[in-house]
Amino acid sequence: MALPPPDPQFVLRGTSAPVHTLHFSCGGPEPDIPLLFSGSENGFIHVWNLKTHRVDRALDGHGRKSVYCVETMGGKDRLLSQGRDQRICLWDLAEGRTSVTDSVFTEHVGFCRCSLLKVAQGRWLMAMAARSLEEVQILELPSKTSVCTLKPEVGAKLGMPMCLKLWQLSCGSQPVLLAGYEDGSVVLWNVSMGKALSQLNCHQEPVMSLDFDSEKAKGISGSSEKVLSIWSLNEQQNLQVYKTHELVNAGISDITLRPDKKILATAGWDHRIRIFGWKKLKPLAVLDYHTATVHCVSFSDHSTPRDRLLAAGSRDQRISVWSIYAQT
Amino acid sequence: MQILFLPFKRGNNLQLFSPSSGLDPMEVVEVLEQFLQKGRVSALLWEVCHQQAQTGCLELQDSLLNKIVCLPEHVSNKLQGKNPPVFFPQNYFPLLGDAVLQVLEKISDSLRGGLDCSISFVSHVLGKVCIQGRQKEILGVLVPHLTDLTKSDCIWQRICWRLVECVPDRWMEAVVLGFVQRAPGADALSRLLGSLVMKNKKAEFVVTQKMLLLQYGHTTAVLQNLLGYLSLDSLRRTLLLRVLQELLETWSSSSAVKHSPAEQQLYISKAILICLSHLKEPEIESCRQELLTSMMEGVKCHLDSSLPQLRRLGMVVAEAISLKINTEGPVLKFEYEDDDETKELKSLLEQTPSFCVVPSLPVDESEKAGAALPLVLESDEKSHRAAPVMPDEESDTELDSDDDLIPYDMSEDKELKIKAPMYIRDCIEVLTGSRPEDVDKWEATVKALEGLVRKNPAATREVSVELAKILLHLEEKTCIEGFVELRQKAQVAVLTTDPIPVAKYLTSQFYSLNYSLRQRMDILDVLVLAAQELSCPKFHGKTKHSGAQKPCIPLLPGSDRSKDWRRIVDERIKSKTRRFDMGQSRVELASHPNEFNSVAGYFFFPLIEHFDRPLTTFDLLGEDHLVLGRLVHTLAILMYLAVNTVAVTAMGKALLEFVWALRFHTDSYVRQGLLSCISSLLLSVPMERILADMTEELLETQSWLGDVMEKDPDGDCRRLALQNLLLMENLKKKLEAVPS
Repeated sequence: MALPPPDPQFVLRGTSAPVHTLHFSCGGPEPDIPLLFSGSENGFIHVWNLKTHRVDRALDGHGRKSVYCVETMGGKDRLLSQGRDQRICLWDLAEGRTSVTDSVFTEHVGFCRCSLLKVAQGRWLMAMAARSLEEVQILELPSKTSVCTLKPEVGAKLGMPMCLKLWQLSCGSQPVLLAGYEDGSVVLWNVSMGKALSQLNCHQEPVMSLDFDSEKAKGISGSSEKVLSIWSLNEQQNLQVYKTHELVNAGISDITLRPDKKILATAGWDHRIRIFGWKKLKPLAVLDYHTATVHCVSFSDHSTPRDRLLAAGSRDQRISVWSIYAQT
Repeated sequence: MQILFLPFKRGNNLQLFSPSSGLDPMEVVEVLEQFLQKGRVSALLWEVCHQQAQTGCLELQDSLLNKIVCLPEHVSNKLQGKNPPVFFPQNYFPLLGDAVLQVLEKISDSLRGGLDCSISFVSHVLGKVCIQGRQKEILGVLVPHLTDLTKSDCIWQRICWRLVECVPDRWMEAVVLGFVQRAPGADALSRLLGSLVMKNKKAEFVVTQKMLLLQYGHTTAVLQNLLGYLSLDSLRRTLLLRVLQELLETWSSSSAVKHSPAEQQLYISKAILICLSHLKEPEIESCRQELLTSMMEGVKCHLDSSLPQLRRLGMVVAEAISLKINTEGPVLKFEYEDDDETKELKSLLEQTPSFCVVPSLPVDESEKAGAALPLVLESDEKSHRAAPVMPDEESDTELDSDDDLIPYDMSEDKELKIKAPMYIRDCIEVLTGSRPEDVDKWEATVKALEGLVRKNPAATREVSVELAKILLHLEEKTCIEGFVELRQKAQVAVLTTDPIPVAKYLTSQFYSLNYSLRQRMDILDVLVLAAQELSCPKFHGKTKHSGAQKPCIPLLPGSDRSKDWRRIVDERIKSKTRRFDMGQSRVELASHPNEFNSVAGYFFFPLIEHFDRPLTTFDLLGEDHLVLGRLVHTLAILMYLAVNTVAVTAMGKALLEFVWALRFHTDSYVRQGLLSCISSLLLSVPMERILADMTEELLETQSWLGDVMEKDPDGDCRRLALQNLLLMENLKKKLEAVPS
């Protein structure tokens, strides 16, 4: 008899709006307090103290428009956030400050989260959906200089970009972008050449989220359908479908691989979080706690494995925090 | 006295016998019979024709004509019904037809021989026979033969034309009508009649006006003959265009749409469609503007009608016209469901070959099939694309697996079902909630509401009016299957649970501002359904929810248990009892108090009160006659359901006054409703009360019903009025029978 699924380790309440994005910052050495950043629909970014389970600070920088992406840049003092006010803000949170140091006007009206990649000390590349419908723009941060714009071929009819993942095989090698589009296809872009390397039609509906494991050259994507699609990238830089996995209920809003690439979590429209083993996509657990669509899932970056946490934010305005498969 | 002209054989002379001269009528008849059977009639006719060519005695011809045509009547008058079969009209007139044919043959021969011959006597005979209503017998013989003979012979064609042309005007109508009805097709008709319509004013009037605009009993085949005949000659085509214009004028006249019976409008629509099918491109070009104008007007007044059949007729005809006048560019397309009638109408638009009148198959289906094909292909394509390139599991070189991760129990992972609210107040919250994202919950609530209301009458009563208000204003947020029905069921449930305040609310809303016609009609529907449920003895609400009640706690466990107990005992008794009669076991209906009794007035009187006060947005007596029609029908049903209630007499009185006020309404739907009101009044109110309290009104109504029965253009109205009169008679008889 299998064990019943665990209950959440704890639940964070008090955002008073649906939660759209979560980001942990727990990697710091001992005196640092582990933090969780959450972005919610009322435009606030809450900084949660994971020791006390209370909100440390609430940042208001997006004109009360929904915040749907939060990332840290390096430490926990520099934050990037993206909101529905079409701006990406860079925050300085050091020494109790809560100021926006810089911002980028994306002119993009959509839900596509930006993707951040550290290329050198103090230098990041950021991929974001651009103003014109099908384009993706790559900027260098913090200088905000445009690296390139990725335009699909004329007549490709991909629709809007829905999700982005910027990665590189190893430090110093060519950055590559995976982008999921509205028509259900995933496209692999060579960022330095600005050229599409491969395209894969893996869904019938818009791709809602994707994540990629660069070591195994395997990725996973979810859409509003009932299927998860796992695809691989071969040596010729071609994407091909590796496997599909049927779900019980339709709709995936977020997919995240744990940093150690052992398990992955999905956030479902059916209010449930699902955990799979990454190697074979073996279903491991269904966490049924929320009472509304789960919008985002995020794994923590704790340095000691058994402290690792999983957090999920939902439209029911709660953030559930779980400790699951932390030992392995 | 009676004189028999006895044309006798010897020397083909005509001799005159008088029965008073001592001859036995039986003998005379015998001679006559012989005369007929030997085919001497044709000789007689030929004789007259022959003489006529020279100038004959008109008087003699007239009386001869009279005798020939009226011979069956004369004989049967004389013999008092004991006449031999050959004098039966159904035998005599075909015989006469044969004789006419023989004469025509002789005439044709003599014409070919170069001799002139007059045909007018034969025409007279034909005309008189036709006007006496014997078209079927005589033309049944003549038309098929003439059709054959005229096929390739132009002399026969001319004889034929002459034959009809010489028919006197007073008999022309009957002859033309007979030919049009019996000709096997338009081209045969054209050969038989020639250019009669161009030469003879009377024939023109019959063909272009009377048969199309004044009569409407002819079959579609007759219409096709007639209009086909007009279209087959370039001279006659001008008439065809004129006819089309006149038809369209009638079709697009709002007064005609309102006042003429539906059958006639169908007939006119058919005629229009057939005309359109005959039109050629340049002709359409010449009258495009007129077609467009009358189409616009016609559509407007047809769509305005409250009868669905008329609306559909308007749509079909308008589509046809627009198809004809817009050769390129978009054509008018209405949304309606095809039934047999519309299919037939559409098939008329296809040009049928003029000789056979077989309705062609509707083309739609093959088109649909054609349209469906690419869809199938598309879905195939999709499924191909969706199929992933499945890697061979065996060849998977990855050795490691997820074995070290032990899965948790996932048996609870089932398809998501939205939990519907369990309490009525929760439902109200969800339905009034402004949060647009709660669509799933909203849907579940709409679906669950009726059951909740029925299960919790006490809780419903606390919020009944509020709930009724919410339901009345509830709009379809998402596409739920059967939303309208669900909402209506919930409304009915609320109304039956707490009739008085909710009925008060709904009836007051019916006459208040700012509702759409749809909402007002919804109110009427709900009132009717609820009244029906309340007055119905089997009380469907309870029987229904006893089954659905299982999962929740019964509100009155005691009573339920006692019921169970009773049922179990009954079953046991049944199983132990041997029954000897094999007849149908009679199920005894449980009797219930009529719950409508105490509330009927609340349903009825507020509705009847304000109908004559127009609001800025709602004018029952004006253009919102559709709602008025529904209101009248609703009142009729409420009246019917109020049988055996206390308020029924007062209701009846009010209803009679209401009917009286509206009795000359122009909309036939409203009039039908009024007549049903009278019916249900007669059925519901005890006859003694009617006679005691509303004698005068009843007498007035009776005379009105008589009028309607005779004069109303709508067939249903006439039928209903007749039924009402019969009903009155029956009730009167019953009343008379009781005291005696």
